[in-house]
Amino acid sequence: MITTQRTVSGSSQSPRSPSSQPYLSVSVTDPVKLGNGVQAYISYRVITKTNLPEYQGPEKIVIRRYSDFVWLRDRLFEKYKGIFIPPLPEKSAVEKFRFSAEFIEMRRQGLDIFVNRIASHHELQQSEDLRTFLQADEETMERLRSQETGIFKKKPADLMQIFKDVQSKVSDVVLGKEKPVEESNPEYEKLKHYIFELENHLAEAQKHAYRLVKRHRELGQSLSDFGKAVKLLGACEGNSLGKAFSELGTKSETLSAKLQKEAHQLLMNFEEPLKDYVRAVQSIKATIAERANAFRRQCELAETIKLKEINLNKLTLMRSDKVGEAEIEYNELKAESEEATRTFEMIVRLMNEEIVRFQEQKTVDMGIAFHEFAKGQARLANGIAIAWRSLLPKLEGGSSS
Amino acid sequence: MMGSQNEGFEEAQLFASKEEMENLMLDDPLNGSKSYSNHRSAFSSSMISETHHPFSPSMISETHHPFSPSIRATPADTDPLLSPPPYRDLRNPNAEPESSYIEPPSYTDVIFSPFDGDNVGDVNGVESPSRNSDNSGRFSRSPSSSTSSPSWSSENIKITVSNPQKEQEASNSLVPGGGVYVTYLITTRTNLQEFEGSEFSVRRRFRDVVTLADRLAESYRGIFIPPRPDKSVVESQVMQKQEFVEQRRVALEKYLRRLAAHPVIKRSDELKVFLKVQGKLPLPTTTDVASRMLDGAVKLPKQLLGESSMVVAPHEVVQPAKGGRDLLRLFKELKQSMANDWGGSRPPVAEEDKEFLEKKEKINDLEQQLSNASQQAESLVKAQQDMGETMGELGLAFIKLTKFENEEAMFNSQRVRANDMKGFATAAVKASRFQRELNAQTVKHLDTLHEYLGLMLAVHTAFSDRTSALLTVQTLLSELSLLQSRAEKLEAASSKVFGGDRSRIRKLEDLKETIRATEDAKNVAIKEYERIKMLSIGRSWLVRGKKENNRTELERLDTERKADLLNMVRGFVLNQVNESSSSVQWDD
Repeated sequence: MITTQRTVSGSSQSPRSPSSQPYLSVSVTDPVKLGNGVQAYISYRVITKTNLPEYQGPEKIVIRRYSDFVWLRDRLFEKYKGIFIPPLPEKSAVEKFRFSAEFIEMRRQGLDIFVNRIASHHELQQSEDLRTFLQADEETMERLRSQETGIFKKKPADLMQIFKDVQSKVSDVVLGKEKPVEESNPEYEKLKHYIFELENHLAEAQKHAYRLVKRHRELGQSLSDFGKAVKLLGACEGNSLGKAFSELGTKSETLSAKLQKEAHQLLMNFEEPLKDYVRAVQSIKATIAERANAFRRQCELAETIKLKEINLNKLTLMRSDKVGEAEIEYNELKAESEEATRTFEMIVRLMNEEIVRFQEQKTVDMGIAFHEFAKGQARLANGIAIAWRSLLPKLEGGSSS
Repeated sequence: MMGSQNEGFEEAQLFASKEEMENLMLDDPLNGSKSYSNHRSAFSSSMISETHHPFSPSMISETHHPFSPSIRATPADTDPLLSPPPYRDLRNPNAEPESSYIEPPSYTDVIFSPFDGDNVGDVNGVESPSRNSDNSGRFSRSPSSSTSSPSWSSENIKITVSNPQKEQEASNSLVPGGGVYVTYLITTRTNLQEFEGSEFSVRRRFRDVVTLADRLAESYRGIFIPPRPDKSVVESQVMQKQEFVEQRRVALEKYLRRLAAHPVIKRSDELKVFLKVQGKLPLPTTTDVASRMLDGAVKLPKQLLGESSMVVAPHEVVQPAKGGRDLLRLFKELKQSMANDWGGSRPPVAEEDKEFLEKKEKINDLEQQLSNASQQAESLVKAQQDMGETMGELGLAFIKLTKFENEEAMFNSQRVRANDMKGFATAAVKASRFQRELNAQTVKHLDTLHEYLGLMLAVHTAFSDRTSALLTVQTLLSELSLLQSRAEKLEAASSKVFGGDRSRIRKLEDLKETIRATEDAKNVAIKEYERIKMLSIGRSWLVRGKKENNRTELERLDTERKADLLNMVRGFVLNQVNESSSSVQWDD
């Protein structure tokens, strides 16, 4: 478990502790399968321990399912543009894998990390949606959840954006502008390029990490089969040679178990963090898209305002009675434009902070992952070496006979 | 063939061995004893090949031979039998392998062997060429394995297989480029009496080896015979490829050495003939044997019609039915074996030897388990290989990441991370290399497992020989009792007729004759069976003991190796742990 991300400060202590430091600690536990057949799903227990005043008490336990977490993520993404929202573990692609113990455990771990990252982010932890998520009863949650997943399976914001995009594209064409407007910030360009490249590199590393897990499992299986075969062989030979074989077989089987265990460790403590890294980068890409949107909107509004200004001046000169209307429109647009600019600038500012945080966090995360990897491999190699060494004296006894 | 000399077989042999003896007394100014010994075999063979084989370009430089009577007095070269330690001649415990002097006594046997003529001085006066050790390169010296000759008796045979050459079939072949085959030079040094000589060189092709193996299998039923190298079904193109030829050369040498180490086979006529006789191998080929089967098919109708003898001749009884021409016999024995398996009555002579039966069961079981274990070992090696590979790939992926982060670094945290990644990647790549090393070792050990499996199959053959010998006995006994009862009936019937029935009397006579012949055959068969029984019991313990030692030794080496390598990995990885943990602390 990544303990550094769990709490704001201090550790998860008993809610009755007289600690005056504000803390918010969440854990996602106890996956339980509910429902039947196609509609079956996994529910998780979410336990919140806090002393923050905004919360309804020191401890609260609620039952949540995966789509509730998705709701939370989407809400945060909407509200906190510019912040890298922590990534969620993916939906399972393969149906039958959905309820395998390993998958469930991986998901649980991922969800736990997700919530804790939110809880430890100085901005996100203040979110009302978070509070709702952590405290609302199940019916309320269900209601909220179904509101979000509309008929189109798209958020209303998304739909609006699509319309706007179409709109702007049309106006672009009309105005003779083909290319969508983009920032001409070289540093930002560099960042974008970095993020996109990073995703590729990380995906490759993660692929090999996953394969390595598989190799451990395969080797474990091979050792087990080999052990069995050798034991049978030992049964044939009899006397000291037979005993030697039987020892060899038993050792092989022991090592097989070690390998399976290590495979699991490798999966949870190395491969998953790598996958998490990839997801984090994808989340950043989403934020980059949001920034682009904000920038475009700002530009469009600026353009529109210019036109409106020209129009207004024209009308004023003509002493048209439409001037008043036009003025109101102009002022509204002005406000919108300022709003858009503010939004955009906030996004830029937040992103700059976020990227620093992100890099630091990832260095820590990877450091831990490497450490766990090395520990696990060392443990494994040690175990194997000891096992084989312990076999040697038994064999020596055999050959001298 | 004999080439220009139209000498008789024996004369040629005489000639050859005389020359061999001359060779043994060569003065050698060179120091490298090993290369010289290579040389000597080269020389002796070159002498022979000069006279008996077509020249190969590589041999032309060795047309000359340094002969001089005076040299004989000066022992100047190393006894090749001494040079590699395991082949140390017990008669000369003091002789050093690297010594360039020979003690005259070591050649006592050779010098005074029956073929030594008085005319040792009859020598071709040839000058010594420049003998350089670049020749030794072509004559490979397989390192003597410590497992092959555990006991160095005073009787031994040393065989070297070398100098593969392409030769053309004498008969015109329809396929262009076809009819080309490879021969190998087989050099033998021995002090066995039976060989009537001490050094021989012949050229054999692989087909000859197959013939040898087949004839040995026939002659030595019931003995565990080392399995011969596999035939390879490849096209002639591949046949001539360097690698393939070399592989085969090694395999042949191994095989022949095993035969030479076998206490019974090393004295066999078949082996002697194979190693000694120049030119065409004077053993019946398997096609000859196969044609016997056809003869048998021709014979069968006659047998059934009673025109040809239905009795197995005693000398044929000694061979298993399968290999012989007698299809009728084959059928009879098959019938008997079915009667044994499914018939209610016990056969007249049953395999009483419970031990044998148990052992047969065990051998079968063992074979199965061995084959299974061998398969599992193979997949184990593959799994280990895959692991190493993937580890390496993971390392590479992180090296790329490291490079990337370093190039694009905007923050210090990135550089730190890049550093961590580099450490990790290096460790992963190293671990991958260790794994590969471990695998190479494991594969080598596996080789022996497969050898053992091959030997097991030879054991199996021997066991089935015994079973088929028994079957022959049982069949004959059944037949005998049948014939006897028929004779009784006939006698009873003819005694009723006064004066006897001429035709019946004749029939009775014939029948009695048949019975006598069958009795003879039966006795021989029983003797044969007993012989095989004795041999198989004795030899089996020898083989088992030897192989047990081998296997345990190998296992020990294998596990030692694994432990060592893994300790290396562990040590290394622990270093990485320390490194990465320190960098984590930096970030905290």
